[in-house]
Amino acid sequence: MNSYVIDRRLNGKNKSAVNRRRFLERYRKHIKKAVNEAVNKRSITDMEHGESISIPSEDISEPVFGHGRGGKRNIINPGNKEFRSGDRIRKPKGGGGGQGQGSGDAANSGEGLDDFTFNITQDEFLEFLFEDLELPNLVRKELKEMSDHVYRHAGFTSQGVPNRINIVRSLRNAHARRIALSGKSRRRLKELKALVEQELEKDEVLRDALSLLAWQEEIERLDQKIRRMPFIDDFDLRFNRNERVPVPSNAAVMFCLMDVSGSMTQNTKDMAKRFFLLLYMFLRRNYEKIEVVFIRHHTSAKEVDEEEFFYSRETGGTIVSSALKMMGEVINERYPPNAWNIYAAQASDGDNWNDDSPQCRELLAKAIMPLVQYYSYIEITPRDHQALWHAYEDVQAAFPDQFAMEQIIDPSDIYPVFRQLFQRKTT
Amino acid sequence: MTQKPISTGSEWTFPLIQEYDQVISQIAQEYRLDTYPNQIEIISSEQMMDAYSSIGMPLGYHHWSYGKQFLQTQQNYQRGFMGLAYEIVINSSPCIAYLMEENTMPMQALVIAHACYGHNSFFKNNYLFKTWTDATAIIDYLVFAKQYVTQCEERYGVREVERILDSCHALQNYGVDRYKRPSPISAAEELARQEEREAYQQQQVNLLWRTIPVPEGKETQQEKRTFPSEPQENILYFIEKNAPLLEPWQRELVRIVRKLAQYFYPQRQTQVMNEGWASFWHYTLMNEMYNRGYITEGFMMEFLASHSAVVYQPPYDSKYYSGLNPYTLGFNIYRDLKRMCENPTDEDREWFPDLAGKDWLDTLHFAMENFKDESFIQQFLSPKVMRDMHLFAVYDDEDESEYEISAIHDEQGYRKVRALLAEQYNLSMREPNIQVVDVNLRGDRSLTLRHTRHNNIPLDKDAEKVLKHAHRLWGFDVHLESCQGNEVRQRLHMPPRDMTPEQALEEGLKYV
Repeated sequence: MNSYVIDRRLNGKNKSAVNRRRFLERYRKHIKKAVNEAVNKRSITDMEHGESISIPSEDISEPVFGHGRGGKRNIINPGNKEFRSGDRIRKPKGGGGGQGQGSGDAANSGEGLDDFTFNITQDEFLEFLFEDLELPNLVRKELKEMSDHVYRHAGFTSQGVPNRINIVRSLRNAHARRIALSGKSRRRLKELKALVEQELEKDEVLRDALSLLAWQEEIERLDQKIRRMPFIDDFDLRFNRNERVPVPSNAAVMFCLMDVSGSMTQNTKDMAKRFFLLLYMFLRRNYEKIEVVFIRHHTSAKEVDEEEFFYSRETGGTIVSSALKMMGEVINERYPPNAWNIYAAQASDGDNWNDDSPQCRELLAKAIMPLVQYYSYIEITPRDHQALWHAYEDVQAAFPDQFAMEQIIDPSDIYPVFRQLFQRKTT
Repeated sequence: MTQKPISTGSEWTFPLIQEYDQVISQIAQEYRLDTYPNQIEIISSEQMMDAYSSIGMPLGYHHWSYGKQFLQTQQNYQRGFMGLAYEIVINSSPCIAYLMEENTMPMQALVIAHACYGHNSFFKNNYLFKTWTDATAIIDYLVFAKQYVTQCEERYGVREVERILDSCHALQNYGVDRYKRPSPISAAEELARQEEREAYQQQQVNLLWRTIPVPEGKETQQEKRTFPSEPQENILYFIEKNAPLLEPWQRELVRIVRKLAQYFYPQRQTQVMNEGWASFWHYTLMNEMYNRGYITEGFMMEFLASHSAVVYQPPYDSKYYSGLNPYTLGFNIYRDLKRMCENPTDEDREWFPDLAGKDWLDTLHFAMENFKDESFIQQFLSPKVMRDMHLFAVYDDEDESEYEISAIHDEQGYRKVRALLAEQYNLSMREPNIQVVDVNLRGDRSLTLRHTRHNNIPLDKDAEKVLKHAHRLWGFDVHLESCQGNEVRQRLHMPPRDMTPEQALEEGLKYV
């Protein structure tokens, strides 16, 4: 009796994917809670990997009837060293534990105490994180001017460079040509061969030697003619043809604006950074290509790299409009709005030089808002709002779909505020 | 002429596996190991984790609990808390054995001997498997079950199907006929019967719904008759046939879970015998291969290292101790059986007069074919094995402050240790004995279950949750009484007695 040996390694390894998804679906509530907590707990630099999720095993146990503690029982154990029959051993305090438990029992109660812990992947983490969120005004831009191109396969041509030869097509053509051009000859050849055969079957004396010779000559001639047919000819060749196709722009740029004046503490900046990071990850899930521009300001604005943006300290007063002006300049210089989806997020503690706030309103309403997809402003302060907030309220009234503002008081607000800003609108 | 070893390196290849399998198969036949045809499948560790989480079934219906199992396995494996088994073998014909690609050649050979000839011959010849499972039909039935569950999900929604399956899973250990033998049927027949059942049930008038008035005189006589007339141990079967509110498709789901539980029932009862048998044969076959020169000394060293890891029994006070290792216990008993046949001592002649000096192969086959763990231990555990393993019994009474060593491996203790160990492997000792005793036909249609306590051991706290599931399936109140002898020690009710109808409704429990 022979055994079959089968290599199954090539089969899919994700047989459990459906069951795994069912499980995640069923405990969605728990996982979301864990994800929310993780966002606030995680250090700023590692937002981007999976997450270990713990669910109290109470909640996911599959109950079955089992024996409880108590009653009388005998348990057989191996490895006796010093005991003799009739020995008595004091039970450990607090019941349970130790040697008295049966094997099955120990396993049951041992497991029951721990949480059920498992990992979700980065993708799943982000999916739970950004569930029900969407980028505002995304559709509008996608239909706008097409400014990017890709090469797409578009049929075949008879002209081209050798590295684009389509071998299958070319050989198929050659084959067809050979069949077509030699058809007549081969048909005749077949006839002649049949005739010769017929003739040869006859008795030797009855053969028509003359015709036989003529036929054989013709066979020879046809054979050569067919053989002379070129295997492949110039006009058999076919080349892959590519075409330049315009594609909608799916590039986005994100402007991070932050106040770094003396009143902004490192703590406030950390909160701002978390917010920026969330926005960055969220944008990245929606766009293939994304650039980030960091602009910081006190009384004057400066474009900086990430490190400097978050960690260097400045002192002095605050003029917000300097940053807005700079942002407008950068857009004009490098990010033409017809090719880029522009998002901006501004974080501040609300301090501004009083005379500057009306200017900010003007700048935003006239110069910036027409260019950007979405502008979000977060104010990180436990104090009352000042002139800047009120100025921005006017902007929000003018651009209710594109402008959003929220206040953040402590780190646990960040994620809820973020969700609120990007909540999918059901209308 | 001396035999040339089949291979010397540790890398395996498909031709090598085939070659080893042929040699092992040949030697196995000399030992009269009668097997189903083998289908050896090489899989990766990820696939092994998949196989784990579907209890080794090549295909199963979808359920979140398998996803949970998978996540748990994955987590433990990736963190290095556990290694994966070297193989999984399925009781089917052909007998499917999964081998991990990571195994070395000696490991693959060990696994082939263990699974494809050890377990396989056990599946084919042990009386429990013969009685309760049909190896040729199981794969087809799994296909049927998977399709049926998928259909139900499409028609009634994943959530609804999941609810029923959850409840069935909670009771699946009570979906087993322990005594009655089913007749084997094919998957096609099964499908035809399912349709027939559905049609029939649609037309049925359920006894539980009968409201026809009974003439006065007869009433008292009927009152006394209980339903069911005798206690029913197969709770899922009882529910499938009698639950008043279940839809036909829900009954079919109950049936599917019940059938699969029945299929696994023999495995749960023959762990020691089955693993012991497979271990005995991989040991014997490998040694024989070595004797005949098919494998090298290096190969043998690696094999012995793995073998001793498999049959290692940590002592009770070791931190690795987690109960008796069924591989060790089984292996030791079979080995000692062989020893007693070949080189009996005076003690053996006294304890096993029927075995001493008999043909060892006949004896082993007889022992494998006709017992389950409980009776196997009772019958064949010898004093020598008890001494070698240093077995001792600990008596634990909840009313006492001390444990008592009730017996050890000595002349006075042998019989007691053996009897106690056998009892420990009695399935009904491991699972509480719970049966359907009554349905209140004339009243609120409530279902009563009775737990018969053994040594006054109560139910654990999960019982109430399981009752919730039972309530979901039954559709009316469910009561559970836990009895020691004739005295009821504990009563549980679902919905609980202290729950108001409003609360019950909130919990999804109907109150009647």
